[in-house]
Amino acid sequence: MSGEDLGFLFALLLNGTSIGFMYSLIALGFVLVYKATDAINFAQGEFVMMAGLIAAAILGIEGMPLIAAIIATLAIMIAFGFGFERIVLRPLLGRPVVAVIMATIGLAAVLRGLTPVIFGGETRALSLPIGDEPINIGPASLSPIQLVGIVVTVLFFAGFSWFFKKSRKGVAMRAVADNQQVAQAMGINVERYFALAWAMAGIVSAVGGIVWGSMLGVDVHLALVGLKVFPVVILGGLDSIGGALLGGLIIGIVESLVAGYVDPYVGGGTKDFVPYVLMIVVLMIKPYGIFGKRRIERV
Amino acid sequence: MGTGAGGERSPSVSSMLTINNIEVVYDKVILVLKGVSIDVRAGAITTLLGANGAGKTTTLKAISGVLRSERGEVTKGTIQLGEKRIDGMRAHDVARLGLVQVFEGRRVFEQLTCEENLIAGGHVHRDGAVVRQGIDMVYSYFPRLKERRHQQSGYLSGGEQQMLAIGRALMSRPQVVLLDEPSLGLAPMLVEEIFGIVQRLVQQEKLSVLLVEQNATLALAVAEHGYVMENGRIVLEGSAQKLIENSDIKEFYLGLNEGGSRKSYRDTKHYKRRKRWLS
Repeated sequence: MSGEDLGFLFALLLNGTSIGFMYSLIALGFVLVYKATDAINFAQGEFVMMAGLIAAAILGIEGMPLIAAIIATLAIMIAFGFGFERIVLRPLLGRPVVAVIMATIGLAAVLRGLTPVIFGGETRALSLPIGDEPINIGPASLSPIQLVGIVVTVLFFAGFSWFFKKSRKGVAMRAVADNQQVAQAMGINVERYFALAWAMAGIVSAVGGIVWGSMLGVDVHLALVGLKVFPVVILGGLDSIGGALLGGLIIGIVESLVAGYVDPYVGGGTKDFVPYVLMIVVLMIKPYGIFGKRRIERV
Repeated sequence: MGTGAGGERSPSVSSMLTINNIEVVYDKVILVLKGVSIDVRAGAITTLLGANGAGKTTTLKAISGVLRSERGEVTKGTIQLGEKRIDGMRAHDVARLGLVQVFEGRRVFEQLTCEENLIAGGHVHRDGAVVRQGIDMVYSYFPRLKERRHQQSGYLSGGEQQMLAIGRALMSRPQVVLLDEPSLGLAPMLVEEIFGIVQRLVQQEKLSVLLVEQNATLALAVAEHGYVMENGRIVLEGSAQKLIENSDIKEFYLGLNEGGSRKSYRDTKHYKRRKRWLS
């Protein structure tokens, strides 16, 4: 392998890693909800899209400082997560899980349809004032926004891991996920923790939307990143925070590698389906994912 | 299970938990409990006996408030914890007032470690120091849990899970504990160990316990007072001593005939089907 080839490989790996971190961040929102409420949120991508659009719209206001826009986006997304849980999901409490899944699919469709009406259909730029001078790392380079994405993702993962392992609220949240009825009888207000989980998904989506949005620009297509959540979480395990991180990195790197090495021979497009091939393979050999918790059966 | 029946303990008259003529309806149509009244005496074990499907677990769920999450409802009567009415309250508020249910079949938080289960059990306390004290207290009663503290609780043995379920309930420092069939599926030696600990808890922590059991011999040996339930009604009530001597109880729950010798299951079965407490 020549030096040039190695450099190409390195660039693909670096790019894949940075995209992978972003996938992980969005998957984290999904895992948080699943971990606490056992609900599968099919609207995760739409959450991210909505956050991106809101951030772009607020930043578009003349003279709006960046920090205020970020805080406002966070606040709106938290309120949205809270509100969705309260208004739509709470009446479904105690119903089969399918009801909740359908509600999130419905929400996804509503958001995809409604946002162009509110924010307009055109692609908006979401530019953070961090410059776009690429940072050279060896033979490859990263844009500043990619670096920001990586740092933010790492911080969020560290924070949530600590929360679930060490804080009493986090332990209570896992107890709720484990058995709602028993958790109630232990004095845990289950509904409050559901709301908290959705609010946390809102926070993660807000950050994801801002970072993704400033990489790609925001329009309805930003919701498509939500589709990548599924291979990521299946790979890592639906309820594992570490798994979401690892799954995201694997999917990001695999995508980047096939785009670099396979696409030139077949004319492109492989990176859009290879993650799903990987997902199906994982489901066949390790149905709980790499870190997913196996349900304990006693006989 | 050293002590005989309630005879040795001074019978306390003050009642900690009063269930007064409650009716429970599931799904707005299915009447499960038909006027159940129970007094749980302070600082003692009261037992609720009965066959499968008699309504014992439903009674406990009605008291603890988890019934609501199963689409059940207390439609008549009152439930009082001390001075406070708790019927219609939500389960987590009831737990805050000092009443906690230990579910049948153990039901630990399987994905959590032993110690995390206890931490979750102490959720009602804001102060972390109270929770740490609680953990030490639980470990002092159940030293085995301390050895297993960092193990995932789903992989504990059945006996250890039952200990954990009881220990977790103690974490909220309750006044009243509802114990649902703690002997279920456990080896006799373990059952004896657990019942011994429960008796110590009642004496030392001033707990009041409502114990649901299918194993009547066991339950009447530790309880002060007992109720027998059939088909959603209380059909018999009395001190544990009286219940042990009752000929019907002997026949149906202890499997003894008039002379006190063991009766073949084949003889009782046919008779049992026709006989009803109230007809």
